Amino acid sequence: MEMLSGGEMLVRSLHEEGVEYVYGYPGGSLLHVYDAFYKQTAVKHVLVRHEQAAAHMADGYARATGKPGVVMVTSGPGATNTITGIATAFTDSIPMIVITGQVMSHLIGDDAFQETDMMGISRPIVKHSFSIKHPTEIAETVKKAFYIATSGRPGPVVIDIPKDMTIPNDRHEFSYPKKVKIRSYAPPAKGHSGQIRKAVELLLSAKRPMIYSGGGVILGKASDQLRKLVRELNYPITQTLMGLGAYPATDRQSLGMLGMHGSYEANMAMHNSDVILAIGARFDDRVTNAVNKFCPDAKIVHIDIDPSSISKTVTVDIPIVGPVDSVLDEFLEIIAEIDQKPDAKAIDSWWKQIEEWRKRHGGEYEKNDNGLLKPQEAIEGLWKATDGKAYICSDVGQHQMFAAQYYKFDEPNKWINSGGLGTMGFGFPAAMGIKLNFPDDMVVCVTGEGSIQMNIQELSTCLQYGIPVKIFCLNNGYLGMVRQWQDMNYEGRHSSSYMESLPDWTKLAESYGHVGINVETKDQLQGALDDCFGKYKDRLVFVNVAVDPEEHVYPMQVPMGAMRDMWLSKTERT
Amino acid sequence: MRHIISILLENEPGALARVVGLFAQRSYNIETLTVAPTEDPTLSRMTITTSGPDRVIEQITKQLNKLIEVVKLVDLTEGAHLERELMLIKVKASGSQRAEIKRTADIFRGQIVDVTANVYTIQLTGATDKLEAFIEAIGPNCILETVRTGVSGIARGEKTLSL
Repeated sequence: MEMLSGGEMLVRSLHEEGVEYVYGYPGGSLLHVYDAFYKQTAVKHVLVRHEQAAAHMADGYARATGKPGVVMVTSGPGATNTITGIATAFTDSIPMIVITGQVMSHLIGDDAFQETDMMGISRPIVKHSFSIKHPTEIAETVKKAFYIATSGRPGPVVIDIPKDMTIPNDRHEFSYPKKVKIRSYAPPAKGHSGQIRKAVELLLSAKRPMIYSGGGVILGKASDQLRKLVRELNYPITQTLMGLGAYPATDRQSLGMLGMHGSYEANMAMHNSDVILAIGARFDDRVTNAVNKFCPDAKIVHIDIDPSSISKTVTVDIPIVGPVDSVLDEFLEIIAEIDQKPDAKAIDSWWKQIEEWRKRHGGEYEKNDNGLLKPQEAIEGLWKATDGKAYICSDVGQHQMFAAQYYKFDEPNKWINSGGLGTMGFGFPAAMGIKLNFPDDMVVCVTGEGSIQMNIQELSTCLQYGIPVKIFCLNNGYLGMVRQWQDMNYEGRHSSSYMESLPDWTKLAESYGHVGINVETKDQLQGALDDCFGKYKDRLVFVNVAVDPEEHVYPMQVPMGAMRDMWLSKTERT
Repeated sequence: MRHIISILLENEPGALARVVGLFAQRSYNIETLTVAPTEDPTLSRMTITTSGPDRVIEQITKQLNKLIEVVKLVDLTEGAHLERELMLIKVKASGSQRAEIKRTADIFRGQIVDVTANVYTIQLTGATDKLEAFIEAIGPNCILETVRTGVSGIARGEKTLSL
């Protein structure tokens, strides 16, 4: 059998898991491991400029592929800098492996140099964590970590490795386990058939049904099943911020997003529905508005792989715990064999009602006649320029909502955003993680001048590794979403939401060896987009788009109201 | 309502911290907590008493079940069960009080396990309400110190919580 050091075992274990890239930053406690990296070529290391970005890169890759991204950072500040990234992944159930160095075992607890209790600090934001006590545990631990991160409801797993576990001349037998069993961990393999049958019967008896699908459909790779089901039934579907793309946005049956900034028709249809089928969605507070006013007439079926998501905020009538793909397969089988058919007449008049709602407010917005772009127009321009096919990695704020509303996602895994934690600074590194792995695809970071500055240092990483992402920055000179709330709830007192002293973005991009383009007026947008994806196809392009600072995101649900209570513009309320 | 949640847990470093951290993080209430290894040294048995509306209790059990190190758990209050707690209580016992305290301890089937000229240390086992009744019977003026283990519980009859 092969004799390897702990550092070599770690790198080999990653290779055995099919890892191509590790995103990270070296430091004292991991130097043995980095030396092991140096001596092989199978697993490549990408050196970021800040550890938070390493976590978001791994996260972006995971969201696009469903495979876990791998992060490697040193102890102390290296480890703590990944915390926001781990929490971002945890909140959105993204598989990730975070390997953190630790001080020598005998120093743990002594407040040693660069010591921090990473196991403790990360505990509330990981699916699980391991601390290595002996080098011979490394292979099995890595295997377990990948299994836990990717199975059931996915999530990040931390492996904390003290430096003395990786000493070069401390060699042990290495063999990578083919399978691993954890007696206390058994994610559900299948939904309860009786419950599924009951759910189908309820669904087919509906007069005003709604299908409400979430990020779980994308994580569970059930987009095909979802499409079949929705089309088979001819029911309307709305998708959460995390679920966009699982069902094509340009399809007639799609009502767009629901919730705080959901479409008028989606929120109205939810409120008035009599049966809701929730699939891989978790009734988040940004979806439900006030829980006690949520969809008063609806019977609810909820499919989720995590039992703790069921009846957590909204009590459901028929819970089904299981993987969404296999549960939806069973739905389709039962629908095919059962005598009961949807009530065509009722569904018809339900669609008529929905079309009326669509006519009242179908996402229109007022355009400026002074040449200044509305952010919505900019996103629509981007959608057209990329033929709706780009990976759109968003930061957090107004631009995120505009992208969710106006970039029509027709495929899953293309809309990459920090929906749960709302992490500004996420979009750019996430885009990098995707572009590195899909060099032939268009990868765009939609951001604002606030968010982009939270990980702007990565322009340097992009130069080093040749990662030509496109940065599409909707620049309104304000922290737009904060400003919007201040306009609406604080009588326009813009407390700390204005950013003075912004850099010259094109010069900034150029100083890192990239391309910068300014879009100051509407008529410059098309040319900039053409250059971005044409002339500068293989370059990182920072497109700085001046947009109307006064614009708000609408619809916007009225706080503490029902789904149907919305502002539709600055002056119009439901 | 009060619930007694009994947990079979991997006997590993950090497992206890995960359970306790979960309660703190999600703002659940722990009234008592006991933990010790079982006859199988790879497993610990933990008993937590908590209280809250049904929805919260349901979340507590679901969230606990999600912890990788939790092997199995049961809410003992859903069925017939036994619960016991052990208390060591140090009380002033001098002069005429001595006989009175001894009598009270006897009534509660307590045992005096240590004696000085002025102090009795009494050991008492039972359900929580029995221990509280004893504390009340002795009265606050006599009590010098109390130490309680918290509740341990087990289902009645043939039901077991095991691998």
